[in-house]
Amino acid sequence: MNARLLAFAIAGAALIALPFIHRDPYHLHILILILIWSFAYTSWSMMGRFGLVSLGHGGFMGVGAYVTALLWNHLGIWPWIGIPIALVCAGALAIVVGYPCFRFRITGHYFVLVTLALSGIVLQIITATRDYTGGSLGYTPERTTGNHVLALQFDDKTTWYMIALGVWAGGLLIWRWVDRSMDRYALEAISEDEDAAAAAGVNVTWEKLKITVISALMTAFAGALYCQYQMFISPDTVSGIAVSLQMVFAAIVGGLYVALGPTVGAVITILMAEILRVGFGTRAVGWDNLIYGVLLVLFIIFLPKGILGSLLARLGVRR
Amino acid sequence: MQAFLDIFDIYLLEAAINGILFGGVLALLALGLNLIFGVIDVTWICYAELIMIGMYGMYYLVSVYGVPYWVAAPICILLVAGLGMLLHFLVIAPLLSSPPINQLLATGGVLFFLQSFATVAFGIEFHNIGIQLPVLRFGEMNFSYARLLSFAAALVGMVSVYVFMKRTYTGTAIRAIAQDRQIMALMGVDTRKIYLITSALGGSLAGLAACLLVLLYDVHPFIGLSIGPITFLVCVLGGLGNFVGGFVAAFVFAEIISLGGMFSDLEWGYVLAFGFFIIMMFIRPAGLLSRRQ
Repeated sequence: MNARLLAFAIAGAALIALPFIHRDPYHLHILILILIWSFAYTSWSMMGRFGLVSLGHGGFMGVGAYVTALLWNHLGIWPWIGIPIALVCAGALAIVVGYPCFRFRITGHYFVLVTLALSGIVLQIITATRDYTGGSLGYTPERTTGNHVLALQFDDKTTWYMIALGVWAGGLLIWRWVDRSMDRYALEAISEDEDAAAAAGVNVTWEKLKITVISALMTAFAGALYCQYQMFISPDTVSGIAVSLQMVFAAIVGGLYVALGPTVGAVITILMAEILRVGFGTRAVGWDNLIYGVLLVLFIIFLPKGILGSLLARLGVRR
Repeated sequence: MQAFLDIFDIYLLEAAINGILFGGVLALLALGLNLIFGVIDVTWICYAELIMIGMYGMYYLVSVYGVPYWVAAPICILLVAGLGMLLHFLVIAPLLSSPPINQLLATGGVLFFLQSFATVAFGIEFHNIGIQLPVLRFGEMNFSYARLLSFAAALVGMVSVYVFMKRTYTGTAIRAIAQDRQIMALMGVDTRKIYLITSALGGSLAGLAACLLVLLYDVHPFIGLSIGPITFLVCVLGGLGNFVGGFVAAFVFAEIISLGGMFSDLEWGYVLAFGFFIIMMFIRPAGLLSRRQ
């Protein structure tokens, strides 16, 4: 156990020290993106691992990003206050859609398609209110003229790297917390057989709602963070079905039953997209998704536990 | 004031009738998906992408190679039917015994694949088939022939599927499997063959939809994302696998979009329709026509 703790400490120290040793801004940019998206994929997997497959996470992410940016641009509210407001909005949305779904036993295909409708709604609303949100052309939070910390806008990549690293580690801690709680066993029982779980005294609706809200809040936070870092959001990059499917894909490729699985998925997908983009330029447009699609099908057929999950299972490592 | 009301009513009527015409196409879209779901118990998330490929097929045959529309249409229907069989054979068949969610996600992978295949192979430009059908003037209302034609073709397509299901041996077997998939194998029905036929049938309905949609919209690789979600919602609203429910839901949905879009932007029509869908899910989770439990 001590060896394991030591390994974690060394890995953590190495990750913190990295931007001070290696200062290449492009590499740091890729790392920041990987960390932010890893956090988003981890939050999707919080639900996904219990059989609650949601295609609505693009919607939560869109709410997180757009509410934060809109409050800043139109009302001048700092992201420090704007992000909590955005999280409340995303949480409310999760409850409004989740509660009736779980109360009325909407599961499986139906749950997937209801959440699909949710990301469709968010995308359409963003596009329809184009006078405020810029529609499909995208939206840019205004550059601050005052305090950078209050506006949560930093030009320095190292600062962003630290923030993203902290948030990512926070996501893993939440995963661990859920993993060690009673809720995990309750949710696993629910995913096996809802009726049996309910008969055994599990409050099915409450347990599912809890994990859904946690997952939605994390996803919205990832959206807000992405918006603050990139300083540009468009409906296609933070909301809609394509983003939801992207989360599903990365989580499945990495392995959605292990804590670091979604991170591995993010590393693989983002690196692949970047290598294709750098190597082939504009000719590569579409190729990354072409490969994603084939890989997703192959993984689901041959390796449903994902890369990391299968690797750990083969090595016989317990989570 | 009176003059204003008169104009308003004409627009309202026009929007309502356009909604019905749109509903016919939606009903056709929903029928193919419902068939697949009802029989194989799989949701083809990539259904709209099959339509997109069919639309490209039509575009290339008609505009680039100069094949007459009426010759190109059957070719495209066969092409998409073949794609449907291929999809079943390559992706769904190996996953039949795994959890349903996996099948759904695997077809999500096919969605990615087809979309980017179209981007790579055909480019991201918008293509128009270049057939301008005249506009029918009726009183002060305008209806495009393309919409009328697609409505009529959708009806014909649906009726022929209905006849096939009711009057032929294969159709009876398909309906029987939809009711009980374990027993039918024991009754000597080759489920694998029936699944393949159903996939081909679902694919050919997607192909027919492609031939009609290509008259109404420009083709581009991401068109699936705009017709796909609405098709799923119609199917779920009608109750997955419930053919009549899907038919009714298609018209309800099309009317909401058409009338809602009349007052403001078209997007708000969609927002209204999606909102209506979520509310209906809570009132009638098993579909519009289901009995209340």
